[in-house]
Amino acid sequence: MTTTSLSARQIESLALGAWILGTGGGGSPYHGLLNLRRLYKEGARVRLMDPADLADDAAVAVVSTMGAPLVMQERVVDPGPMVESIRAMEAYLGRPFDAVMAVEIGGSNALQPCQIGAVTGLPVVDGDAMGRAFPEAQMTSFAIHDLPMAPLTLVDVRDNAVIVARAASWKWMERLSRKACVEVGSIAATCKAPRTGREVKECGILYTVSKAIRIGETVQAAQAAHRDPIQAVIDGEGGRLIFRGKIRDVERRTTEGFLRGTATLDGLDGDRGRSFRLAFQNEFAVGWLDGRPVVMTPDLICVMDAISGEAIGTETLRYGQRVAVVALPAPPILLTPKGLAHVGPRAFGYDLDFRSVFAEAR
Amino acid sequence: MNRIGIDVGGTNTDAVLLEDDRVQHAVKTPTTADVMSGIRTALARLLRQAGGTPAVDAVMIGTTHFTNAVVQRRHLAKVAAVRIGLPASASLPPFIDWPEDLADLVRGQVHMLEGGHEYDGRPIVPFDAAGMREVARRIRDSGIDSVAVASVFSPLNGSCELEAETILREICPGVAITLSHRLGRLGLLERENVTLLNACLRDLARSTTRAFVDALVASGIRAPLYLTQNDGTVMLASEADAYPVYSFASGPTNSMRGAAFLSKREDAIVVDVGGTTSDIGSLRHGFPRDANGVAEVGGVRTLFRMPDLLSLGLGGGSLVTETPLAVGPRSVGYLLTEQGRVFGGDQLTATDVAVAANLVELGDRRRVATLSPALVRACVARMHAMIEEGVDRMKADASPVPLIVVGGGSFLVPDQIPGISEVVHVPHQAVANAVGAAIAQVSGEVDQVFQDLSRDRALAEAQRLAEAKATRAGADPTTLAVVEVEDLPLAYLPGNSLRVRLRVVGDIARGGAPRS
Repeated sequence: MTTTSLSARQIESLALGAWILGTGGGGSPYHGLLNLRRLYKEGARVRLMDPADLADDAAVAVVSTMGAPLVMQERVVDPGPMVESIRAMEAYLGRPFDAVMAVEIGGSNALQPCQIGAVTGLPVVDGDAMGRAFPEAQMTSFAIHDLPMAPLTLVDVRDNAVIVARAASWKWMERLSRKACVEVGSIAATCKAPRTGREVKECGILYTVSKAIRIGETVQAAQAAHRDPIQAVIDGEGGRLIFRGKIRDVERRTTEGFLRGTATLDGLDGDRGRSFRLAFQNEFAVGWLDGRPVVMTPDLICVMDAISGEAIGTETLRYGQRVAVVALPAPPILLTPKGLAHVGPRAFGYDLDFRSVFAEAR
Repeated sequence: MNRIGIDVGGTNTDAVLLEDDRVQHAVKTPTTADVMSGIRTALARLLRQAGGTPAVDAVMIGTTHFTNAVVQRRHLAKVAAVRIGLPASASLPPFIDWPEDLADLVRGQVHMLEGGHEYDGRPIVPFDAAGMREVARRIRDSGIDSVAVASVFSPLNGSCELEAETILREICPGVAITLSHRLGRLGLLERENVTLLNACLRDLARSTTRAFVDALVASGIRAPLYLTQNDGTVMLASEADAYPVYSFASGPTNSMRGAAFLSKREDAIVVDVGGTTSDIGSLRHGFPRDANGVAEVGGVRTLFRMPDLLSLGLGGGSLVTETPLAVGPRSVGYLLTEQGRVFGGDQLTATDVAVAANLVELGDRRRVATLSPALVRACVARMHAMIEEGVDRMKADASPVPLIVVGGGSFLVPDQIPGISEVVHVPHQAVANAVGAAIAQVSGEVDQVFQDLSRDRALAEAQRLAEAKATRAGADPTTLAVVEVEDLPLAYLPGNSLRVRLRVVGDIARGGAPRS
C-alpha cells in the first residue's frame, strides 16, 4: 500500500478547499486546522492513500462529528473522542480498521479523518461519501447505493459511548443518533457504518481529499499572485460563475432542526441591475436569477468572498458582503435518478425538476 | 449639561467642550509620547478658550493607548490562564493560534480544569474546585498578578468563573481577575483571547487611568471621568480600568458617532479622511455597524464589537506617482506640512493635487502651477473613483443614503457620488472624534441562547437583561432604547433554540454616575 504524507502546507490548503466544498454548510474547519497544526508541530503526519490501493476486504472507518456548529464554537472539537469513536467500533466489530475516511468532504468534517490519522497512524482514504456537505445521514453515496447504515458508534468527551446496533432505515439511524447526540450536549464524534475496501471503491466518491487540497492551493496561488481567486477556481475545477453581487438581505429560521433561510443579492459588475435569491438548508440549495431557478442541489453552490475567494458559510452570511456565487460540478452518482431522489431539489422540499448548470453548458 | 470629549490619536490629541448639543470650544494639539502631557496641554488650551473652568458634568476620553500596547508589544503583563471545561476542548489550550512573540510575552502559566457547561446550561462535569484551589496556590507562589478565567459556555452560565474568582480572592488576594463571561460572546477561543488580552493590560490600564484622573485634577476639573468603548458608549474610568480591551477601536467609532452628531443624521455612510487612510463605515441609528467576522487585534483573533470599516490607502498625505499613475497607499503622513509641495517640500501628494485642482486652498499654490492639467484631472478622477468604490462597498443596500465627510482630508471627497443622496460637510469636522467621545452613551448587551420560548418572548427577555446591564453601567433607564437586535435560530439544536444578540443604549444618568 502506498501513501503520501501530507505537508503542513497541504493541510492548510485542505482546510481552505474543504470550506469551499462545504457549499455554505459543514462548519468552519478552523478548529480542526488548529488541532492538526499542533499535531504536526509534535511530529505527527497524515498519510493519504489512494482508494484504489484498498484491499477488497479492508475495514474502513467512516467518521464525522455530529452536532450544532455553534456548540462547536464553545465545546471545541477534540481528536480524543474522534479516536475513541473508531476504537469503540473496533471493539464492537472485533477487528481493527485499516484506514479512515470522511463521510463529508465539505467543511469541518473533512479534517476529522486527518486528525484521527495523525493520532493513530491510520492512513486517510482519498475520498468521502458526499463530495460536498449535506445535512442528513441518508444523503450519502453509500445510502444511494443501499449499503447498510448500521452499526454506528457515538462518543463524547466524558467517554460516554453509544452503539446503534441496528436501525430500520437511514431516517431511523438519523433519529436515534441525533437523540443521543443532543443528550451529550449536541456535539459528539461518530463512526458510521464501517465499509469494506470494495464498498469504498465502488460506492464512495473518490479523490475528493486531493480535490479539496487542489482547490485550496488554487485559491492560495491566486491570492499570492494577486489574481482573481474565483476565476482561478472556476478555471481549475470546470466551474461556472453564476452571479456576482452584494448581499442585500438575509433571513434565517429554524425548522425541523435545520437552519433554513434565504439570502437576496443585488448584482455587481456584469450582473448589475439583476437580483439573485439563494435558499439554504444548512447548505445552499437553490438559486434564482431574477425569479428563475438557475442553479440547484446537488450541483455545488459555493458562495465565496469576492476579494479573498474564501468560502462564506450560511451562518456567516451578512448584509453588504460582496460575493461570487459559483457552481461546481456534482459527483456523477448524485445525478443519477436514485441520487437525485436522495439529494435533488425535491429532497429539500423544492418542487423543481433538477437541471444542472453544467448540462446546459454541454 | 457640559461635557468635555478628548480623543488621543496617534498624531493629535483633540479636545472639545460641549454645552448641551453645541460644540462651544475645540482644540487640536500634538499627541505626546507620555500621552498625559498632551492631554494636560489640550485641557489647558480648552479652558483658556472657555475663559476659565466651567462646571463640567462629565469628561470622556477616547484612546488608542491599549490597542497600541498590544500591537507594539509594550507594557504587557504576564498572565496566568485558567480554562475551565475539561474534559472538553482540551486539545486547543489557551494561547493557541497567538503570534509567538506575543504569546511569549503574555503566557505566564496555563491551567486547565474540569467544569464548564453545555449549551442548555447543564454542567459538562462538576467544577473541580479542589483543583482550582491548587491552581490558585501556584499562581500565588509564582508572583503573577493577573489571571484570565474562561469557562466553556460561560456567557450562558458564568457560575464556574464566579467560583474560580471567589477561590482566587481568598488564596491570592490582590491579583487582578478577568472573567470571560463579563467580556463577551459565544466562541470559546475568541472570548478567551479577549480575556487574556484584557488581563495582560490590567496594570497598564490602572496606571493610565490614574494618570487621566491626575491630568483632570491638575486642570481643576471636577467631574466623573469616562473612557469610551469600541461600540460608541462609555464606562466609568473606575470600572473601565478593569476592561481595557473595550477601548479597542474606539477611535473610528468616536469619529463616526461624532459625524452623526454634527450632521444630525442617524443613517448614513461616513468617510473619515486622514493623512494616510480614509476609513469608511456605515451608521445605523446613529451607531457604527459592527463587523460580523473575526476582528484581529495585534494578530489575535477576537469576536469583538468592532465597527465594520473599510480602510483605503488614500489620505491627504498619500504619495502620487505619475507613471504609472498611482495615489497611495504610501503616504508622508504627519510630515505633510514639511514634505508636501505646497508646503515647500518636494513630495507630490494628494493634497498638492487637490490644491492644483482648486479643491482646497492650502500652502503656496504657485508651487503646483507647473503640474500638467491632464495629470491633475486623471489624479483627481482616480481619487474620486477610489472613494466612490469604497462608499459603494460599505452601503448596506441600494437605496440612496447621505455621506458624511469628516477628517482633515475631506476636500478629497467628490461633491456627487452615485448612490449617495447628499455629501454632507459639517462644522468641526476635523475634531469629529473628540465630539464622538463627548456624546457617548451607556450600553448594555446580551448574547445568549434562549430555548423553548417564542421568538417574541425570547427577544423581550433579552431586552430586559440588556436594560438591567445598561442601568447598572450608569444609564438613565428612561432613555434606554434598543439599537441592535439580531436573532439566529440554531441548526440541529432541539426545542426552537434561538441565539439573540441585543443591545440597548441610553444617556448617562444625570448625577447618577455613582463615583468618579
